[in-house]
Amino acid sequence: MKRYSAFAIAREAARNHIGWGRAWAKRPPKKRYDVIIVGAGGHGLATAYYLGRNFGITNVAILEKGWLGGGNTGRNTTIIRSNYLQDPSAAIYEKARSLYETMSQDLNYNVMFSPRGLMMLAQTEHEVRGYERTAHANALQGVETEFISARRVKELCPIINIDGPRYPVLGALWQARGGTARHDAVAWGYARACSDMGMDILQQCEVTGVRQADGKVTGVDTTLGEIGCDKLGIVVAGHSGVLAGMAGFRLPIESVALQALVSEPIKPCMDVVVMANTVHGYMSQSDKGEMVIGGSADGYNNYTQRGSFHHLEHTVSALIETFPIMSRLKMLRQWGGIVDMTGDRSPILSATPLGNCFINCGWGTGGFKAIPGSGWGFAELMAKGQSPLCDAFGLNRFTEGRFVDESVAAGVAH
Amino acid sequence: MLILTCPYCGVSGEETEFHGGGEAHLKRFGPGASEADFESYLFHRENPKGVHFERWRHVNGCGKWFIAARDTATLQVFGTYPAQTTEPPQEIRDKITAARPGWRWRDFA
Amino acid sequence: MSTRLQTGGRLIDRNQRLSFTFNGTPMTGFAGDTLAAALLGNDQMLMGRSFKYHRPRGVVAAGPEEPNALVGLGQGPRFEPNQRATTTELFDGLSAISQNHWPSLNFDIGAVNNHLSKFFPAGFYYKTFMYPRAAWKHLFEPIVRHSAGLGKVTQPGDPDRYEHFYAFYDVVVIGGGVAGLQAALAAGHAGAKVLVMEQSAHWGGRAPVDGVEIDGKPAEDWVSATLQALEDMENVTLRSRLMGAGVYDHGYLLAYERVSDHRPGTAGPRHRLWRIRAGRIITATGAIERPLSFAGNDLPGVMLASAVRDYVVNWAISPGDRTVIVTNNDDAYRTALALQMAGLIVAAVIDARPTATGALPQAVRDAGIRVETGRGIAKVKGRARVEGVALCAQAGEGAVLEEIPCDVVAMSGGWSPVVHLWSHCGGKLTWDAAQAHFRPDPDRAPADQDGAPFVIAAGAANGHLQAADTLRDAAAAGQNAAVALGRDPADGTAARANAVAEEPLLPVWIMPQGAGPDLRSKMWLDYQNDVKVSDVQLAAREGYESVEHTKRYTTLGMATDQGKLSNINGLAVLSDALGSDIPQVGTTTFRPPYTPISMAAIAGEARGDTFLPLRRTPMQDWHDANGADFEPVGHWQRPYTFRRGGEDRAAAVKREITNTRTNVGLLDASTLGKLVVKGPDAGKFLDMMYTNMMSTLKPGRCRYGLMCDENGFLIDDGVVARLDDDTFLCHTTTGGADRIHAHMEDWLQCEWWDWQVYVANLTEQYAQIAVVGPKARALLENLGGMDVSAEALPFMGWADGTLAGHPVRIYRISFSGELSYEIAVPAGQGRALWDTLLAVGTQFGIMPYGTEALHVMRAEKGFIMIGDETDGTIIPQDLGLDWAISKKKDDYLGKRGQARSHMTDPDRWKLVGLETLDGGVLPDGAYAVAPGSNANGQRKTQGRVTSTYYSPTLGRGIAMGLVHKGPDRMGEELEFARTDGTMMRARIVDPVFYDKDGEKQNV
Repeated sequence: MKRYSAFAIAREAARNHIGWGRAWAKRPPKKRYDVIIVGAGGHGLATAYYLGRNFGITNVAILEKGWLGGGNTGRNTTIIRSNYLQDPSAAIYEKARSLYETMSQDLNYNVMFSPRGLMMLAQTEHEVRGYERTAHANALQGVETEFISARRVKELCPIINIDGPRYPVLGALWQARGGTARHDAVAWGYARACSDMGMDILQQCEVTGVRQADGKVTGVDTTLGEIGCDKLGIVVAGHSGVLAGMAGFRLPIESVALQALVSEPIKPCMDVVVMANTVHGYMSQSDKGEMVIGGSADGYNNYTQRGSFHHLEHTVSALIETFPIMSRLKMLRQWGGIVDMTGDRSPILSATPLGNCFINCGWGTGGFKAIPGSGWGFAELMAKGQSPLCDAFGLNRFTEGRFVDESVAAGVAH
Repeated sequence: MLILTCPYCGVSGEETEFHGGGEAHLKRFGPGASEADFESYLFHRENPKGVHFERWRHVNGCGKWFIAARDTATLQVFGTYPAQTTEPPQEIRDKITAARPGWRWRDFA
Repeated sequence: MSTRLQTGGRLIDRNQRLSFTFNGTPMTGFAGDTLAAALLGNDQMLMGRSFKYHRPRGVVAAGPEEPNALVGLGQGPRFEPNQRATTTELFDGLSAISQNHWPSLNFDIGAVNNHLSKFFPAGFYYKTFMYPRAAWKHLFEPIVRHSAGLGKVTQPGDPDRYEHFYAFYDVVVIGGGVAGLQAALAAGHAGAKVLVMEQSAHWGGRAPVDGVEIDGKPAEDWVSATLQALEDMENVTLRSRLMGAGVYDHGYLLAYERVSDHRPGTAGPRHRLWRIRAGRIITATGAIERPLSFAGNDLPGVMLASAVRDYVVNWAISPGDRTVIVTNNDDAYRTALALQMAGLIVAAVIDARPTATGALPQAVRDAGIRVETGRGIAKVKGRARVEGVALCAQAGEGAVLEEIPCDVVAMSGGWSPVVHLWSHCGGKLTWDAAQAHFRPDPDRAPADQDGAPFVIAAGAANGHLQAADTLRDAAAAGQNAAVALGRDPADGTAARANAVAEEPLLPVWIMPQGAGPDLRSKMWLDYQNDVKVSDVQLAAREGYESVEHTKRYTTLGMATDQGKLSNINGLAVLSDALGSDIPQVGTTTFRPPYTPISMAAIAGEARGDTFLPLRRTPMQDWHDANGADFEPVGHWQRPYTFRRGGEDRAAAVKREITNTRTNVGLLDASTLGKLVVKGPDAGKFLDMMYTNMMSTLKPGRCRYGLMCDENGFLIDDGVVARLDDDTFLCHTTTGGADRIHAHMEDWLQCEWWDWQVYVANLTEQYAQIAVVGPKARALLENLGGMDVSAEALPFMGWADGTLAGHPVRIYRISFSGELSYEIAVPAGQGRALWDTLLAVGTQFGIMPYGTEALHVMRAEKGFIMIGDETDGTIIPQDLGLDWAISKKKDDYLGKRGQARSHMTDPDRWKLVGLETLDGGVLPDGAYAVAPGSNANGQRKTQGRVTSTYYSPTLGRGIAMGLVHKGPDRMGEELEFARTDGTMMRARIVDPVFYDKDGEKQNV
């Protein structure tokens, strides 16, 4: 693999950049792999990467029915934070956040992690108490957050109107090392690193069946033929139900549309990420200058990657109240993604009834920020059969009633 | 932006008049039920990419709950019927069969 | 130079001269001008700077596809960035500034990027800026951000008004060109209710500019006559300045009306968002001309051939003195004729096709204009403005045959139908190889709720580029739309157009065909985002093979024009680089809106005071007038406290509590939910809803009840009163009224539909006032009308009667631990009773109190609060409420859930009181630490604070919390961690701090 650097660019500039090779190799599938990961989104690629890096397992194929990073990895609002309330969530999201800090250097691919700071506005007394609780929990979890005053909110983000007539800002939960990253680059960077370790990324390769014998997976049928494996990891987000169906088990998952939009680009005016859960909206400014905005999920099962307009309407009106400068900006583009929601809105990183088959899904609206932590933990689970980061996110929690419920602290997501 | 027709008041309304209530025709399991049945009742969902039966309430209208047969991949609505039944009416099943031959949903076809 | 011609200009009114400024320079134009036309009329070809390399940019198009001519418009709170000059109607006093440069448009420091462009190929930022690690955030990212971003930041305080408009039509026709008008005519004749919308201020589209004749008349005359005919039809509505913005499921159409952008500050809204339900949508949205990819095709002066024609014919603008036309099709020859007719010089038509023998090329030759076939442009000469072109063989590598001086290059690479609205809701496209474009595939149209196709493309938007075909297709579309909706077919004959026949185009994606890397790195695909042919080829070479990968890696098509000019050319270059066919590569997804629409229009009227509905109790006016500090609770605004004089909030709360505990307090409890549950099976139903046994409650009595969901988690609580054998009144929390009502309806309608029970939400029908404190009884006795003695109305009883002349129902319930009467009165009499209580209560020292005093008093009493002690993960057993869970019932909602292993785990945290050792107040939400760390390195915990207050009654901090095996550990001390790492010690005590025996409330 050619190392990326300013020097490499300068060298290539001299010959019109004709010397750059493929970021990831294109190879036909082998007959058999030690591990097959289904799904070349951020979570699947990160899992493969840490299987190789942490456990030396490199005879790995990552199967993707479309193009890598083409699902929710490339459709989200790129927010990274770990200010979660419950211990298991804080652990995996903080692991992820800390891995984002060094990801560009680890992968030799600039994912533009920008720890610009993230605030969740408290706009009711109830929210103040909720975020104070989270701040206390975070202090013991090793997650650096603090509850800040409305005045500090205004200093950090001058375009906020803290005196809104209906929901004045009473303070905020502030995570100084939260921020954003370039979503596509995360998938591309992992893909390049996986390929460099000799793993095969098979795009346009759809799984059509899961082969089993004696209660174990032996391989998968795909549009590129049958491929054998010793272990199977299913990391396909909204399509988890379909894959689980092929493997013969059911999941506590429903797929719904979540929408986002961007404004036209303007010069820098907002240096932090702001989430306002009372009014269901959140916003940051991309490096290109677009205001990136997300809202709440639709209330019905949906696989169309289109949502209903009235959700955007509510999000936009709330953001104009919170950020009055938004009024005369224009919406450039809106889109939808399909998110997989579990019964307690927390993810599933779990063994399955099939001994050598593992599933990673249910990230709902919070998947992007978790990618490296999810990959780290899930790789450990697949390699060793157990991982502290994944322990609380097993499928058995739905039998036992042992939920990891984050709605306690934040009704909405992002 | 869906349009749904409330089978009670006959109104074809905007999605904003209604509130979705998730999968329909769930059988309730209470005290004495096995762990598997109870877990399945609360959490396991068909979540199909295709024909689905789901509950809606005409919340900003007559207030009644009803069931819609809808395709989650195309959003086509095959019909709606009152919630006071344990299975889809034959007429709606026939309509789905005409549009989606070979469809299945749980035990219904 | 560009200038205004002495005559002509079909859209301008030379009698109305308008003044405006550009970057502070005063200029003039005419009514009917767009800003772009007016700027050209003032020789202002340079209008902006590109996004990445800050290259000088001139206007390239004349419509919404314009990527370059973006300006900041207006001033102060009316300033708006990124407005397209080509769709901005000129008005008197308009003030525009150019964007994305410093210090000035003509001299931009950022243009240094241009000279370094070799080092900034597609995706260069993914390959560098990685060291040192902190440099991305502190150095590189700020540079990138400031260099990007286009327009200036808007200001707060938008003074304009925006509104939403709801509309229902059988057929909506998007596009007011001849296709749209013809389609509307056909649908209208068939009796359909029709809306026709046109995004610009002018009807007729391109036909009048292109010299088309319809039914033997000039297109312009046909347009006027047809408009008149449509206006005369009662079932047809015509609207200009209304753009189809987005097509959504089930016939939902969003349209954006720019009501007063062209006359700012006048009465009425600025923008109006139309929310339309349409039976059928006809997209008669026309086509957009494609640029050609040759080196230097981004220099100011290089324009679309159709745009050059538009400027000359519509606005009498000469973009330059000498024009070279470069094309791969016949249509561009019309521009040559139009220019010549206006007296301008056409230096040459360069046609990439080996031959050009059609009628139009012949007419051009006949007019004495030089035509070169099989030729292309090797390079455009000039720095900030076109100075000439270098001619080469299209089939070659760019060897220069000749240089032709000129100051305008008019290019045409063929036309692409505007398929955006067709595609928004899932309509698929098919590749038309003959015309080298994607057009709607009628077999894969967007489907509505019945599975029927609901979008019909018509005319050029459907791939019918010749006027005669356009009209026939549009008439059929209008007819078919109406018939599909059950209308009778009517006269669907199309008007007949005469246009000169055209010969096929030759797809040309790179000019010349064999151009080397040096030329390819100067061929622009996306003007605004600075994406070049070489960038797409680089992406393909690096494995970014999917069209989505290429788009995201290069930013092709991601600018504010969303690729209207660049998409097809980019795709073609990509497919060529991959060696696959264009249809295999496919397109990126088209997403709404068609062109950007204002955020304010999306919000509509929902801003400021009307942002959200506001719920007011009958006593709200009094609260407003008497110093209430409000807190939002759902859509209600409840008084948090009533401050007096110079009190701060804490002092006011303290006073209210002390007064209530010693005299009498008054609480507006109207927001509490009040659900009547009635029917022969009401008792049986409530036994399922509540954990308690409600069916055994006697009429006249009240019982505190708990409600759980099927998971077993506590979701609401409140006092239930049995009104008679068949009727119960269930109180819910303020936030719970609607939610619990829906919850009850859900179970009644969907599970136990054979049970005879009705539920009605009477929350707003009654005002409810709590009269609380030792002197409460004396006060009510003073009001007179009913017996409120302990014997007549004992604790947990209720009675109907009359109080001070008002019909009331009084509940003897207490959430404070004091003697307390909750009085329900018809909402219309609430304020009167409130006033009477205050007046008569003066002698007893009455004071109203707010929600904070309510909370503190309930905490002093150890009562739980939904939302404080509960958070969606708490079962009643956690809160020591086992006494309120019936052991006799076989079933209630949540019973099975509470039997799961984690719910019966003896290690669950349980409710206790907490008393700080130093009398201080524990921080809200603090956790009690336990020794050691867990496997993820997190400090172990053994409890947390759920409610914490300063108790004026006890003169110290009190708290409630959930603690591991708490009730078994009375007297033990715990350490609670503050966020700064310091600890606060507290002792586990009984959660009831005040009047443990309940003597005060039960008197």
